[in-house]
Amino acid sequence: MVRYAAPGETGSVVSFQPRYDHFIGGEYVPPARGRYFENPTPVTGKTFTVIARGTAEDVDSAVRAADGAAAAWGRTSPAARSEVLNKIADRMEQHLEAIAVAESWENGKPVRETLAADIPLAVDHFRYFAGAIRAQEGSISQLDPDTVAYHFHEPLGVVGQIIPWNFPILMATWKLAPALAAGNTVVLKPAEQTPASIHVVLELIADLLPPGVVNVVNGFGVEAGKPLAQHRGVRKVAFTGETTTGRLIMQYASENIIPVTLELGGKSPNVFFRDVAAARDAFYDKAQEGFAMFALNQGEVCTCPSRALIQSSIYSSFLADAIPRVERIRQGHPLDTETMIGAQASNDQLEKILSYIDIGKEEGARVLTGGERADLGGELSGGYYVRPTVFEGDNKMRIFQEEIFGPVLSVTKFDEYDDAIKIANDSLYGLGAGVWSRDGNTAYRAGREIQAGRVWTNCYHVYPAHAAFGGYKQSGIGRENHKMMLDHYQQTKNLLVSYAQTAQGFF
Amino acid sequence: MDVTEAAAGLLRRLTEEHGPLMFHQSGGCCDGSAPMCYAAGEFRTGAADVRLGDLTVDGVAAPIPVWMSSSQFEYWRHTHITIDVVPGRGAGFSLEAPEGMRFLTRSRLLTLEELGALGDV
Repeated sequence: MVRYAAPGETGSVVSFQPRYDHFIGGEYVPPARGRYFENPTPVTGKTFTVIARGTAEDVDSAVRAADGAAAAWGRTSPAARSEVLNKIADRMEQHLEAIAVAESWENGKPVRETLAADIPLAVDHFRYFAGAIRAQEGSISQLDPDTVAYHFHEPLGVVGQIIPWNFPILMATWKLAPALAAGNTVVLKPAEQTPASIHVVLELIADLLPPGVVNVVNGFGVEAGKPLAQHRGVRKVAFTGETTTGRLIMQYASENIIPVTLELGGKSPNVFFRDVAAARDAFYDKAQEGFAMFALNQGEVCTCPSRALIQSSIYSSFLADAIPRVERIRQGHPLDTETMIGAQASNDQLEKILSYIDIGKEEGARVLTGGERADLGGELSGGYYVRPTVFEGDNKMRIFQEEIFGPVLSVTKFDEYDDAIKIANDSLYGLGAGVWSRDGNTAYRAGREIQAGRVWTNCYHVYPAHAAFGGYKQSGIGRENHKMMLDHYQQTKNLLVSYAQTAQGFF
Repeated sequence: MDVTEAAAGLLRRLTEEHGPLMFHQSGGCCDGSAPMCYAAGEFRTGAADVRLGDLTVDGVAAPIPVWMSSSQFEYWRHTHITIDVVPGRGAGFSLEAPEGMRFLTRSRLLTLEELGALGDV
């Protein structure tokens, strides 16, 4: 076991600045109105740095800086941009431990996950898009022997990106890497809950980027996010968040007639067919782990498998094994490498989760384990911890229909295949899903019939680059993590060329 | 629908600063599954929304309408909601975030009488 020293303590692998300004045009710039806000760690609830409280003036400076850099950056060769992205990846990899501890301290998630998943995945995403842009080709349509349509990819220009707090660095990377690869310049607004760790990365990579190519404006959604989403100089907005803000961003985008990509959450079903319990073997163990995946990242994942559907013939026995497994999830200090579940990211997040636990109980769902706030004692008493919670109930209940964004699982049973599909699809959302079966045909059919953008089949919570990620239904628009994301950050330029020597014959 | 005294106090302050207000209950993800507070008219409601009712707050002249998407309302219609507020950080584009506060929806089941009165909304 390793327990990392907290940033600010002697021996810590990373330290935060006492204050972070905006990063605009390649340098740190204080906020126009001179205001800052406190940034607490959810681990203890104590403030560890202050952050520039951006407003429309700062957003405007950042968009102007990005606009000034757009033409030159857009003209660089794919090879040159690819090299920059690869260097960013190398630099992050060299400082992986420091970045991982910074993100864990800011977000409350276990350092085990930032070390093994968040930051290595971010590194790999930069490398993936470094490769993808080198391999991207335009196309040619031969319309007749003398007429050719050429299709070129061109960058959009300045793009606005609004980042969520659940994976502060990985979610920023999902958006930055394709946008930069495609030749755009970026104004990025981190979440106000997790505004600092991205600056730890920026300090490491700033010298690799021409000034103005990446700009970061911090602040609150209403004061900084909104002016970014409405800015006339922004050619596209990418947002990960929730449905009402997603609609508002589409509404703002309509004012400027620009595209958006939206990733808006879900209520993902995790379906266990009876044959998973045909033997008590490694596969059964894997499926049991799949059940417990709702607790990953404290449940603060848009694709959290927050509904488990278990076939009735194995329902009791499967749960009898699964509940103790959930109870063995180690909750503790996020900087302890043995910790599996850390702190919820903020106090209001904690309060919201507890309010859903209340409504679950009121609606008559049965608590199988957890169901309360956890007090871990000592300095952690001020932090925001929830016991992993499993409810048994009915899919019509609100805890089965609404995204709680916490370690809360709602379990129900189904009789036959058709019932499973019906319950799985009885949701406003369609981001992720899980299907578990030893029968390839069952798994394939279920995967195709569940209305979700990503169906993990005999696995869950795997987020590699090169697999498209995005939502059906109210879960959003667009696909990330795949070369097709380049299209979301590019215009198509068509040159329609005639090589004929004679007039067209109209006039 | 109801509003706690703490939330009412914050709504009075926000009204002084921003004028008439509205709520739209958000679904899904991160800051979602929580009520978003905007200047009235900021969020364009339409055929996909249901107006749950209006909050009446002492000292605030205009009633504050509370909206929700109609698809989500199907799962909420049996619950009574109270808009409360807790210390918090961040809330999409909701107006209270810079105050270090976050509106929160608390729910209880409607009584049979209340359900009867709701009728065919």
